Amino acid sequence: MMNWIAIGSLSDIPRRGARCVATPEGKVAVFRTQDDQVYAIDDHCPHRGGPLSQGIVHGTAVTCPLHNWVISLETGKALGADEGVVRTIPVRIEGEHLFIALEALASRAA
Amino acid sequence: MSEKLVIIGNGMAPGRMLEHLLEQAPGRYTVTIFNAEPRVNYDRIMLSPVLSGEKAYEEIIIHGDGWYIANNITLYKGHKIIAIDRTAKTVTSDHGVTEPYDKLVIATGSVPFIIPVPGHDLPGVLTYRDLDDVQAMMLAAQSRAKAVVIGGGLLGLEAAAGLNAQGMDVTVLHVMPTLMERQLDPAAGYLLQRAVEQRGIKVITKANTKAITGNGKVAQVELADGTVIPATLVVMAVGIRPNSALAKEAGIAVNRGIVVDAGMRSNDPDIYALGECAEVNGQVYGLVAPLYEMARVAARQLAGDEAAAFVHMDTPTKLKVTGIDLFSLGDFAEGEDRQEIVLRDAAAGVYKRLVLKDDRIIGTVLYGETADGAWFNDLKKKQTDISEMRDTLIFGQSYQGGAPLDPMAAVAALPDDAEICGCNGVCKGKITGAITAKALTSLDDVRAHTKASASCGSCTGLVEKLMVLTIGDKYNPAAVQPMCGCTTLGHDEVRRLIIAKSLKTIPAVMQELEWTTSCGCAKCRPALNYYLVCDWPDDYADDYQSRFINERVHANIQKDGTYSVVPRMWGGVTNAAELRAIADVVDKFEIPMVKVTGGQRIDMLGIRKEDLPAVWADLGQAGFVSGHAYAKGLRTVKTCVGSDWCRFGTQDSTGLGIRIEKFMWGSWTPAKVKMAVSGCPRNCAEATCKDVGVICVDSGYEIHFAGAAGLDIKGTEVLGLVKTEDEALEHIVALTQMYREQGRYLERIYKWAKRVGIAEIKRQIMDDGDKRKAYYDRFVFSQKFAQVDPWSERVSGKDKHEFRPMASVGFAQAAE
Repeated sequence: MMNWIAIGSLSDIPRRGARCVATPEGKVAVFRTQDDQVYAIDDHCPHRGGPLSQGIVHGTAVTCPLHNWVISLETGKALGADEGVVRTIPVRIEGEHLFIALEALASRAA
Repeated sequence: MSEKLVIIGNGMAPGRMLEHLLEQAPGRYTVTIFNAEPRVNYDRIMLSPVLSGEKAYEEIIIHGDGWYIANNITLYKGHKIIAIDRTAKTVTSDHGVTEPYDKLVIATGSVPFIIPVPGHDLPGVLTYRDLDDVQAMMLAAQSRAKAVVIGGGLLGLEAAAGLNAQGMDVTVLHVMPTLMERQLDPAAGYLLQRAVEQRGIKVITKANTKAITGNGKVAQVELADGTVIPATLVVMAVGIRPNSALAKEAGIAVNRGIVVDAGMRSNDPDIYALGECAEVNGQVYGLVAPLYEMARVAARQLAGDEAAAFVHMDTPTKLKVTGIDLFSLGDFAEGEDRQEIVLRDAAAGVYKRLVLKDDRIIGTVLYGETADGAWFNDLKKKQTDISEMRDTLIFGQSYQGGAPLDPMAAVAALPDDAEICGCNGVCKGKITGAITAKALTSLDDVRAHTKASASCGSCTGLVEKLMVLTIGDKYNPAAVQPMCGCTTLGHDEVRRLIIAKSLKTIPAVMQELEWTTSCGCAKCRPALNYYLVCDWPDDYADDYQSRFINERVHANIQKDGTYSVVPRMWGGVTNAAELRAIADVVDKFEIPMVKVTGGQRIDMLGIRKEDLPAVWADLGQAGFVSGHAYAKGLRTVKTCVGSDWCRFGTQDSTGLGIRIEKFMWGSWTPAKVKMAVSGCPRNCAEATCKDVGVICVDSGYEIHFAGAAGLDIKGTEVLGLVKTEDEALEHIVALTQMYREQGRYLERIYKWAKRVGIAEIKRQIMDDGDKRKAYYDRFVFSQKFAQVDPWSERVSGKDKHEFRPMASVGFAQAAE
């Protein structure tokens, strides 16, 4: 049973942009693509920990602002020649409202 | 004593003749040219890409002014010859210049044929012949109104495609039942019509123009069947006829054109004619290949080789409309003694037809897939017996003898005498020979030495393949480096097309220039955003999502995700109140590090993103604005104390630095721009390694540019010396604007300058007052939109989503 937690609405995030959600274990970056798909991943590049939420969003990927790693928003994996993966977090959209599934977070916190 | 050679006309044929002549008989003639057009020799074939916006005039120049000077040739631009006196052996221009000749070459070209319908002389009726026509069409196209092109031949269709690309609503009227009927059979003509119509161009065939009407200017075109088509522009492209009036008046034998023998000599032994105005063996020519052949023959004759003779040849026709592949050669009429092989692939839009007589190719029409054109041309020219490969002939060279060849192998398999460049008649052996003998490694080199692909450019791909085959890895085909993986276009092409096609949003650029990704990548998006900001300062809405984080939040991201903040200190000058405000901010926000930068200002490091607006609010209270330390834009203007304090100072260097910084802050540039002003040649502000620097001297201001002191170290180049502070500012601003308009994104000034040439920059900024003023004015205009302090905007609430999390979750559960 997923524990869905409301985090705000779609219009809070600019298209081809991201916002952060603060959690006890650090920030989660929530992305909105050009065609209004929403993805959530840890705001922490697998390379040197760069804040992925600050990167340029293109297609379903983001380029890290520190050293230009390109991370897939769908899988959390580094694209191209780089190797690394960042945790993805389930997202649900109900109308305008956005929810993320937090039990992963809760279970780790517990 | 050298002989006097006078040339009437300065088109491609006489230009080519001179190149040959200078090579074969250097110094034999003193050359004078009279050109009725007020310009140098340019590539007329490329006017269509100029009209469609894909090329600029500067790119199609064959001989620039320097060429004439270097070869000691006198060129009278805008002089039309009105009389030839064959007895006195002189020519006279409409400006009254009379020039004697020993040998005269008439190359007056052709004049467009005007259908003598009522209204053909109304304003708004144009022909399609020279650059003036193209410029007039581009001007008319700005109205985005309706245009009619009369003539569905090669020229008419290129004009229609160009006007369509410029945004006009175009209708083509063609008197025959199918388009380009002289080069294409009806089936290919039909496919062509469909492709033209798919671009939004209307085509009316069997259209008989009755009249062009309008009150004082063109308003509509009326057809014989009563159809009325509204139009504010009418382009007549129904054909050309040789321009031989001048020769006729001088009593030289003229038939359709000026009658010449195979040595290009008229009935006056001292007068030659070549190009479209000449008639050889009863034929006149309009395509470039035979005209260049005439040029070769005439040059040899003038050099003393009386055996040189012109031989007729068929020339393939290609349509220069991007996206339409079409090739036609020879004779393709049906006949009892002829057979044909036809291949149709409707789904792929391919049509191929070979016309055979006695097992030899005599004609070829290719539509949609033209790669085998050169091979068919070669078979036809050599009269090769094709009976052995008849069954597979139509599939092309790749299918002859076993497995299909890849394109590279197909080129490798071509014989050495296969023609590669039809325009210039250059065969494979000549190209590969030149590459080896002269150690050529770039396409431009090959063009310079062999002329291959230097005219219409459609054989560029073949020439590149030959380079790879000949020198392998030493050839770097990416002479034009694509901007990124999303496009094959380079930065320069993209910048040009943004202007030519009036593209004013990133999606419009990606759509029109056929980006291969849906919304670009982190490389192309910031570049496109900059180009649009620079080119349309008033129209374009800056796309912050396409900016790098530093420019989006107006601070510099650090390795731990915190930011650094650098307020502007004009010219590096500060005071107690400013320093106190900085000290207070550092205390209040517990900023862990404060450092003096190399650009004479103060950097506060380690600020949390959420605190940025509050930090800026406090700094703003003290009068600080953003220092743009994060921007591809104007950073700092470093100064020394100058004549106010220094015993060596010659001018007020601090004052000038502050003035420049206050004038130019906020402007976006391709890469960062750092400046400096030193008050004397001791150069304490280190101005000679900056993007732009000023060294003050007693007599004024020496302006420097194109220095570097980062990844590369490079001293500056001197732009020039000016007398006053006002002039110094105008020159620096104009230089910066030139760089803003031409630089590739992330290309610093020194790299840009190396690419376009120091001399060219000096010419435009120092010598050409009008250009300088125009650059200056455009910079000033764009500053109206750029000089807004981004910090105070954000203190007022702009983009507040950037600085705070959208939610905080999970903390309560964690506490349980």
